[in-house]
This record gives sequence, structure tokens and C-alpha cells, in this order.
Amino acid sequence: MSRILPLAAFLLLACLLVFGLFHSDEKSELPSPLIGKPVPAFALPTLFEPRRTVSAADLVGTPYLVNFWASWCVTCRVEHPVIEELARSDRVRIVGFNFRDEGEDARAWLERWGDPYDLHLVDRDGRISIDFGVYAAPETFLVDAEGNIVFKHLGALTPEIIEREIIPRLSPRAGDGT
Amino acid sequence: MNTVRTAWRKARLALCLVLGTLATLYAVAAPLEFESPEQQARFEALTEELRCLVCQNQSLADSDAQLAQDLRQEIFVMMRQGQSDESIKRFLVDRYGDFVLYRPPVRGNTLLLWLAPLLLLTTGALVLALTIRRRRVMLAEEALDQVIAEGETAAPDEEPRP
Repeated sequence: MSRILPLAAFLLLACLLVFGLFHSDEKSELPSPLIGKPVPAFALPTLFEPRRTVSAADLVGTPYLVNFWASWCVTCRVEHPVIEELARSDRVRIVGFNFRDEGEDARAWLERWGDPYDLHLVDRDGRISIDFGVYAAPETFLVDAEGNIVFKHLGALTPEIIEREIIPRLSPRAGDGT
Repeated sequence: MNTVRTAWRKARLALCLVLGTLATLYAVAAPLEFESPEQQARFEALTEELRCLVCQNQSLADSDAQLAQDLRQEIFVMMRQGQSDESIKRFLVDRYGDFVLYRPPVRGNTLLLWLAPLLLLTTGALVLALTIRRRRVMLAEEALDQVIAEGETAAPDEEPRP
């Protein structure tokens, strides 16, 4: 008994550490408190027509993706082809939220790498990104037709995530009107 | 020719140094101006308790990440507006979840976390108490055995001498 007890304690601790080792990257899967809630209110200028502003209310009606990106964001470059592919499939509106960026840089970036966005909004000081609980770019939110956030992904989107998480959450009418 | 090149290189180096220093100065966020030392103390205590979400093992007070700077600014503004610590925390939890708090709220799913130290302490105390008792019994038995053994060896001595 007295010899088994320390061994058992050791094994238990070892199991715990191994578990921690393999689950250490789950911080990126932290649930967002915003899921199931209405999209935060925003009224932001657009990248190409700075005098035109678009608000959350203007986008109600069909689902859309909110994709936070910036020209300084390296992972956004990695994610870019995936978003372009999604844009080509025309299954969902994609709204780019260019944040903490310079307009000039952002436009040059789109010019250079291609522009998958249906709409470009500018959150220059990142104030709206705080309301979305954004940690770091890129981050993507799926907003349903009623204007509620139904899914969030932290980091670069992948084709698997789009197929597994985003497409099933779109209503059949998705992608009709942009 | 060579001296010109060296001078040119030095000048370039100096320029780089100056620009680098300026860039560093520019990068550091403007210091927050507090209305009172109390306000500053409150701000520091609060940001110590909040997690920087980008560099998760630092507090908002410690971190130089852009997000931490922005959140500090946000907290500062809210404080100046007269909002309580509670409402500032709620603002952050609503956006980033309980994860932003270093001191998570006591709830169903955090109960184990909160009770674990107490549980471990109790277990430790129990094990200690049991061990002490067992040792005491063992020592007592040993002492008894010794007394008996001594009694047995001493017994013949007690026989009346002729």
C-alpha cells in the first residue's frame, strides 16, 4: 500500500502533464462570449469610398462573414487564397474589416494579392475590433441573416474549417443577394 | 576615397541610430495622465488582474502588445468616465470571456479550480495525521516490546540470591 500510493500519484501527475502537452494549443479554441449574440454595433467608413459608411443594420438580411485583416498581418497572407476560393464559390458575402492599418497600405495589398471582399470596412483605430473581442488578425466571424454571430474562428481559415464549420451554418438561401 | 567611404558609412550608421531611437520613442504609447495618485493606483491594480490575451502569461499592465495598449487606453477612458471596476471588467468579459480575468468567478465549472487548494491541503493534513498516528503506535509498541524484553532479561536477576 505505502509503495503503491506514490506510484499512483506519480502516474496521475504524468497523465495530467501529457494531457496538458497535447492540449496546449487549445487557447485558440476558446469559446467567444459573442456567439449567439447580435453582432456588435458598428458604423464604419469603406476603404474605397471613405465618405460612405456602412452599419451593422445595413447588412441584416443575408449571412455574411466578418474577416478582420490588415496589410501588416502575415497570417492574413497565408489565409488569403482560401478566402479568394470562398469568394469565387459565391456562397457567402465576405466583409473585410481592415483594422489598425493605413488606407494606402490596405489598398496596395488588395491590388497586389487580389481582392476577395464584397465590402471593405475600415476600423482604423481598432475600436470595433475590441467590441468583437479580436485578439489578433486574422479572425473571422459568421453572422447569420438576423445579425447574430454564430461562429468565430481565430487564426487563418482553412478549406476544412469552411466546409466543416461555415458552410453547414449557412441557410439555403445564402449567397443569393450580395 | 576610403576615408570618404568610411565617413559615409559612419553617417549612415548615425542616421540609423537616430531613426531607430525615434521609432522606439514613437512606438511607446503616450503615458496616461491620471487625475490623482488614487486613480493611478486603482488603474494599476485593475490592469494587474487582467490578462493580456495575445501574450497570455502577462497581465495587461505588463504587456507591450498592441492589444494590451489599446485595452489599457480603453480602461483608462472608462475610469475617467467614472465607471466602476466591476463594469470595466464586465465590458472586457463580454468581449473576451472569463479568460481575461486572472481571478475567475466562482461558478459551476470553476468550482474545482477554487476548491482544489483546499482539497489538496485537507488531503495533505489527513495523510500527515495518519502517518503521525501510525508512527506513534509503532513507537509505543516498540517501547513496550523493549520493556518486556528488558523485563525478561532482568527477571533472572530478581531471583533471590543465595
